[in-house]
Amino acid sequence: MKWIKVGAFLVMVGFLVGVAAWMHPFGVPWASEMDDYFIANAQVEAGANNVVTSVVFDYRGFDTLGEATVLLCAVVGVALVLRRTRR
Amino acid sequence: MSVVVRTIARIIVPMILAFGAYVIMHGHLTPGGGFQGGAVIASAIALLLVVFGSGRLAGHKNLLSLLEDLGAIAFVALAFLGIGCTFFRNVLAGSGGLFGMPVPPGPNPGFLNTGGTLPLMNWAVGLKVAAGLGSVVLLLGLFGGGDDR
Amino acid sequence: MIGNFPFVVCMILIALGLWTLLTRRNLIKLTIGISLIESGVNLFLVTLGYVRGGVAPIYTYAPPGAKMVLPTPQALTLTSIVIGLATTALMLAFAVVIYRHRGTLDARKIRELRG
Repeated sequence: MKWIKVGAFLVMVGFLVGVAAWMHPFGVPWASEMDDYFIANAQVEAGANNVVTSVVFDYRGFDTLGEATVLLCAVVGVALVLRRTRR
Repeated sequence: MSVVVRTIARIIVPMILAFGAYVIMHGHLTPGGGFQGGAVIASAIALLLVVFGSGRLAGHKNLLSLLEDLGAIAFVALAFLGIGCTFFRNVLAGSGGLFGMPVPPGPNPGFLNTGGTLPLMNWAVGLKVAAGLGSVVLLLGLFGGGDDR
Repeated sequence: MIGNFPFVVCMILIALGLWTLLTRRNLIKLTIGISLIESGVNLFLVTLGYVRGGVAPIYTYAPPGAKMVLPTPQALTLTSIVIGLATTALMLAFAVVIYRHRGTLDARKIRELRG
């Protein structure tokens, strides 16, 4: 049982490292048209120097809305789990 | 904690708060933003919790929850500002008003009065993250207060 | 010339997290393993967006004419980091409550039903 686990883990690690080693070369992104548009137009359209901030809050604002919802749910869950129980 | 730790914490907590506010306020110009600055401010809350104990901070639990809800509501309200065109439209950018200065394209020294709704959203998200993480840390510290300490 | 070495490093980090999940039984250590996997995935996302010789995608005092790295993977990584932090907080809260109710953090002892 132990050896099956170790073998499966080694197969998984070999797969991960092999995929990483045989991917497209580091430093040459594969498709970057959207990012080129963001870098070229973010200063005019969103008015911010920081392109990452303009992507987070302007172009992909719905992602940030969902993220804020997840954070709110996590805080509510922690408050619910750790509530004061009377016994 | 001992008096040395308490004294150093009294000195260093305002610095941490000021640095977090700087990171949030310049989020559209320099690396940083609402999430990172909020995490820095939450670390100040964690330091207060470690130094002074959870008992002295217990009264601020409801205040932190209120601030987090306020941040979330402000974020959604700022998103609703652009509902005339579409949700999350940046209506203030380039309008000439508050945070509406047009940015000169290309590398520039960075002007604080730019960005449209982005700095306001940074403040809302920073408030939300700081209060949320602070209340999580405070709740973890407050749980079962009697017999743990 | 470093080749694909950063990708391999991220995969090794993910493999360390997987090994932690497979062999450890302590709930806190399981949380650490899941955080390791999250860190590896975040690092992998950021390295996917690297452009050779690029600078950070921020125009404040940027060197003129420099290439910039892709901003979208960084923005999505920011989202991913916050979500990972929320799940970590929730897992730690569950670990605290389980320790309070069962008196142990061993995942095998928690799994068995007892009244």
